[in-house]
Amino acid sequence: MDFFRKFFGGGDTPSAKAAKERLRIVLIHDRTDISPQLLESLRVEMIAVLTKYMDIDESKIEMDLDHDESAVALVANIPVLRIKRGASDTLADDLTDAKIPPHTESLRNQNIRSRRRR
Amino acid sequence: MGARVIVITSGKGGVGKTTSTANIAVALAKAGKRVVAVDTDIGLRNLDMVMGLESRVVYNFIDVIEKNCKLTQALVRDKRVENLYLLPAAQTRTKDAVSPAQMAELCSQLRPDFDFVLLDCPAGIEGGFKNAAAGADEALVVTTPEVPAVRDADRIIGMLESMGKSPIRLVINRFRAIMVQNNEMLSQEDILDVLSIKLIGIVPEDDSVIKAANRGEPLTFAQESPAAQAYANIAARILGENVPLLQWDSYRSKGLFSSLKKMFGF
Repeated sequence: MDFFRKFFGGGDTPSAKAAKERLRIVLIHDRTDISPQLLESLRVEMIAVLTKYMDIDESKIEMDLDHDESAVALVANIPVLRIKRGASDTLADDLTDAKIPPHTESLRNQNIRSRRRR
Repeated sequence: MGARVIVITSGKGGVGKTTSTANIAVALAKAGKRVVAVDTDIGLRNLDMVMGLESRVVYNFIDVIEKNCKLTQALVRDKRVENLYLLPAAQTRTKDAVSPAQMAELCSQLRPDFDFVLLDCPAGIEGGFKNAAAGADEALVVTTPEVPAVRDADRIIGMLESMGKSPIRLVINRFRAIMVQNNEMLSQEDILDVLSIKLIGIVPEDDSVIKAANRGEPLTFAQESPAAQAYANIAARILGENVPLLQWDSYRSKGLFSSLKKMFGF
């Protein structure tokens, strides 16, 4: 075992420490891994929201999660054909008129936190 | 003809299917065989971590089945030994993403290029087990000398027999000779009496197993610990060699050792 430890550059790290580090890295990936179905339903819902505001080229949308050692990003490339100016102003008015409860923001933050604990 | 396809299964979880798969795969590869270890535990993959290959997983066997990639793209080569590959499971899918027929088809795709296809089976007797067993010719049933594990092993053996798998052989894992000697643990005779199948090896309880999994370096690479030796012997028996069972010091006690001798003829 010692031979392998030296050979693979594990140094003298105790195995429990190695275990924790390997788990940390793999869980970053596991927790942000997304099934094809989920990604597809995200895509459909995003298109639905975006098309309220703009015309987009649905056939050229690229969307995926980018992983590196310590972070994950949702990267989406969505070609915009035209902004629906009239529509967006009306929508904006609607939003201002709507009563948004004061605790919405903190609720949203909570949701983001709880998502990690799936 | 091609590879022998062997499913490693147990019924009960946590008895050492994945550890056994990794170690036997490494031992067979070290013996010069072309080996692929397939993680069939969709949604709960772990063989990649036990083998230390998790950072190199790109595709999985569902990508192969759904034709998102070629089979060769999904195979992760273990650089530490010649001719050892891992075919990972999908982590974000569920067991019903594949059918037994698709698994059998996948196994037949692997057959021409390998000597051994080892299928690491999920716990349970439902879809996951049926998928894994579908493509296999032979089976290794892993149990520990504990009542629930032996009971579940019996259930699995019955199902494997009705599926026509042969041979079906038993691995007794986490065996503690001293407890057996003190009559506080089921002996291999007890277990074989109850299950009435052939034994292929006994793996002693060994701290090295946990340390090896911590680092992702299967024990059989170094072959220094008792468990590593036991797994190497199991691999040799799979290859048809007549290797006697390991003898531990505590076995030298008269009664047990002589009954062992009688049983296994050495």
